[in-house]
Amino acid sequence: MQVHRPYTLHDALALMAATPTPTPIAGGTDLLVSWHHKPKEKLALLDLSQLGGELAAMRLTADTLELGALTTYWDVIASPEVSRAFPLLAEAARQVGAMQIQTRGTWAGNIGNGSPAADGVPVLMAYDATVVLQSTRGRREVQLDGYYTGYKKTVRLPDELIVAIQIPRRTRKAEWFEKVGARAAQTITKVGVAVVNDEKGWRVVANSVAPYVCRCRNLESALQKGQKFKSPEEIRDILKNDIAPINDMRSTAAYRETVLSRVLFYRLADKA
Amino acid sequence: MPAGADLPRIDGLDKLAGRAAYVDDLPTPGAWHGATVRSSVPRGKIRDIHFDPAFDWNDITIVDHRDIPGPNQLKLIDVDQPVLAAGEVRHKHEPILLLAHPSVHKLRDALRAIRVDVEPLPAILDPAAPLTPDLIQYKSDNVLKHIDIRQGDPGPVFARAAHIIEGEYVTGSQEHVYLETQGMLAQWQDGRLTVRGSMQCPYYVLDALTHLFGRSRDAFRVIQSPVGGGFGGKEEYPSLLAIHAALLAEKSGAPVKMIYDRQEDMAVTTKRHPSRTRHRTALDKDGRLLAMEIDVLLDGGAYVTLSPVVLSRGCIHAAGPYFCENIHIRGEARLTNSPPYGAFRGFGAPQTIFAIERHMDVIAARIGIDPVELRRRNLVRTGQPLATGQIYKEPTDLPALMDRALDLAQYKARTQSHAEFNKSHPFLRRGIGFATFHHGAGFTGGGETYLASEVWIEGKPDGTVELQTAQTDMGQGTTTILTQVVAERLGIPTEQVRVATPDTSRVPNSGPTVASRTAMVVGKLIEQACDDLLHQLGRKSGDPEISDDIRRHASLPGKSLVGRAKYQKPASIQWDDKTYRGDAYATYSWATYVADVEVDLRTCRVRVTDFVALQEVGRVLNTTLATGQIAGGVVQGIGWALYENVVLEDGAMKNCQMTNYVIPSAGDLPPIRVVFEERPSHWGPGGAKGIGELPMDGPAPAIVNAISRAVTTTINEIPVTPELLLKATEGRGHG
Ligand SMILES: Cc1cc2nc3c(=O)[nH]c(=O)nc-3n(C[C@H](O)[C@H](O)[C@H](O)COP(=O)(O)OP(=O)(O)OC[C@H]3O[C@@H](n4cnc5c(N)ncnc54)[C@H](O)[C@@H]3O)c2cc1C
Repeated sequence: MQVHRPYTLHDALALMAATPTPTPIAGGTDLLVSWHHKPKEKLALLDLSQLGGELAAMRLTADTLELGALTTYWDVIASPEVSRAFPLLAEAARQVGAMQIQTRGTWAGNIGNGSPAADGVPVLMAYDATVVLQSTRGRREVQLDGYYTGYKKTVRLPDELIVAIQIPRRTRKAEWFEKVGARAAQTITKVGVAVVNDEKGWRVVANSVAPYVCRCRNLESALQKGQKFKSPEEIRDILKNDIAPINDMRSTAAYRETVLSRVLFYRLADKA
Repeated sequence: MPAGADLPRIDGLDKLAGRAAYVDDLPTPGAWHGATVRSSVPRGKIRDIHFDPAFDWNDITIVDHRDIPGPNQLKLIDVDQPVLAAGEVRHKHEPILLLAHPSVHKLRDALRAIRVDVEPLPAILDPAAPLTPDLIQYKSDNVLKHIDIRQGDPGPVFARAAHIIEGEYVTGSQEHVYLETQGMLAQWQDGRLTVRGSMQCPYYVLDALTHLFGRSRDAFRVIQSPVGGGFGGKEEYPSLLAIHAALLAEKSGAPVKMIYDRQEDMAVTTKRHPSRTRHRTALDKDGRLLAMEIDVLLDGGAYVTLSPVVLSRGCIHAAGPYFCENIHIRGEARLTNSPPYGAFRGFGAPQTIFAIERHMDVIAARIGIDPVELRRRNLVRTGQPLATGQIYKEPTDLPALMDRALDLAQYKARTQSHAEFNKSHPFLRRGIGFATFHHGAGFTGGGETYLASEVWIEGKPDGTVELQTAQTDMGQGTTTILTQVVAERLGIPTEQVRVATPDTSRVPNSGPTVASRTAMVVGKLIEQACDDLLHQLGRKSGDPEISDDIRRHASLPGKSLVGRAKYQKPASIQWDDKTYRGDAYATYSWATYVADVEVDLRTCRVRVTDFVALQEVGRVLNTTLATGQIAGGVVQGIGWALYENVVLEDGAMKNCQMTNYVIPSAGDLPPIRVVFEERPSHWGPGGAKGIGELPMDGPAPAIVNAISRAVTTTINEIPVTPELLLKATEGRGHG
């Protein structure tokens, strides 16, 4: 096993351009799971922890929140300004693992890991976040809702690092988040959803119901048209074209689909 | 400090401060690590074992069944289980080869460089599945144990009964999730194969080693290291792991440590027996029990292990704390090609008590009588027999115990307020439920006579005494309460009592630390050993100033001062193991538990919102520790009822990680109100009875009774996962 520990972004990007490409590691809370079962001979890690500057910064301006790639859940929880400006970020952060994970785990790592059950991604996506990618070849911005292309597949090129996540500040008419897991804390999401209605319209983002965290666009357009729902089943019928839940050892497809539509139904009825 | 006082846990500070050295913490210079190559299929013939020729095998110690000096048998109740498969495997993860090497990294590489070719054979994974000849693997019918308990003659009674109510109740497996995983260290020391490790029963381990190696007892020494939780999981399994470590130590000539990681521990070690219990009950028009027919089926897994005794305890408790003149209980533990199921807190009783206590509520609903009334009419009273014919002679008025628990839980008021709430809330439903039950203390029937436990207490020249028993402290507080028992009986301060580390080279066999027997059975023997010591001093219990006498006597040259006691069956206990009639246990603890729940119909998640645990356990020896035992048992019961779902694949646990096997977190738990009624019993020291297993019995039926009321649906299966509840309530609307 090889570990690189660059001190500047410039050096980090240069290392990312080498072959074989090293695996970036931030908090390590995903990468180190089942660590001793993984063969390590060919593993090369790029430790991001010493990169200060832009990557470590969390900046709230009049029109944007920018989370540097090393921003942790705890950074958000501990900032009253950010929590107030983007309440769902703090709400979701508090439901990630427990404090040990919240203080080490990063938002960028949550995106980078690409788990369909990621809890940070739905709220970011519902807030219409943009991912900033950088390599020695330059810098580009990608909408988070276009970032995933399949199960653990993304548009990020092998030599690119996520350097920041940007979220626009908008006026919102509704915003909420719900995580349904097997217990009150330390739990992997069985089904979750983040909903935001702002000046650009409705965004409904669900996790653990498809190969990657996804927007429910059919439901969004129904909401956009002002449709009111008389039962969870009506919502479920619409969602059928938005999600593709599966049976696994944590839950069932039927459970995920039914619960998602029920949670949405009662929340929407509440706000109506 | 006497019994009954709140002596802080003697082992507490060391554990809190991280000073306690568990087996994996023992510094052992030159120790090798051991690992296990296992079967990947539930049943099959081992055709070939490939060792990757590219790998350097020179310095790896490899053990297979041919290295076993004596019979390849794990000695438990039966000897049907090999310690290393030879030719055929009977369950997934069955051990086939053992490896050891000084480097844990090379060891892991070696594991990856071995491939075992197994030709699959037909496997049976459901104990109720129809048998074909090719599935028979134990005797003629795969039945590991059969039990019949008969009282009166139920048959004819059904013809004249006002009501006949049937029901079927299913419970899932459960993993112990002790904090410290299984671990053993074996090495040659002073000419003996010495084994240290995490275990409940050092003498079980010693017996198993003696049998397998075909050597005398002096060839071995077994020492308990501090144990981070057992719950039954370290009753029989450590015998197998100790043998594995010992085989590797003998062949390599080095000390060998075998420590399971969480995944291996969960996947391969024993778990609670899954069960299915059928009830058919005849009642008169007022709801009095006339006849009960009960069928208990346990999934035993691939080998006998302790299934016969788990089934036995299950069957004895199957008719509940009720009086019924005509009873027929039929129990079977059947073989499947799952890793063997084994001891787990409660030992079969939680399964059958879930069934009877759910069934009582089902009966109440069907015949339209209040569940409290139904129980009041049937709870056993003085002079009436329980299922095995044991006459109720206890001082506790069971209906009064039940009423007190219900009062504490505000049962009546809440039943009403929940009904109001449920009418108005869009998706939350509340319910309250309870269970009345009992749990036998000590070994069943003739078990204690057979064990013939012995304890010693030795006076030292400095005036202290050392208690020598094989009883292990696995976190439940044995060391502390036994210290209190000694101090009280001898009339000396607890600081002058030491409890010897269980070490088969210097403590007598006082039996296993299981079956809620330590405080009551061994505690009573300790009182007798203390009396023997006092007798040698010419003193008696209650005399003042004993310490000086101990000092003087123990200092006499060439003399030793040792008080001894050995279990003698009390004449009043009568038990016939053939007919299963008589006094199944010397005594029982009695309880009523009440659970309040809230169900979210959107997510089908159940939250237990309040819990009352009232029990009569004789005299409480240490209130803090006893309360901890009860609260901990309730939590484990809540886990079993709602969260802990052992997902099987090829008969073995698939979700063998803490992430995917869900035990409740602190945030999932209600306030647990633990209340004791104290009525000193003459069976235990200072009046104590057993409490370790009791709290595992009540939570599941109380909770499921509450859920069934909250959602007005009959739920007869645990765990009640949200997925199960969704299915059960589907088609009924949700709002
Ligand atoms: C006990 C426990 C509980 C958990 N609970 C939750 C939970 O409730 N909800 C949840 O969503 N997750 C949970 N997780 C998973 C994990 O904590 C989160 O996904 C976390 O956000 C990962 O961040 P990290 O910095 O630790 O990532 P790392 O493990 O360092 O990296 C994760 C992945 O992202 C890549 N990566 C990291 N940074 C970058 C970058 N800047 N550019 C490109 N790629 C990058 C890495 O290469 C890796 O593939 C839990 C984990 C544990 C161990």
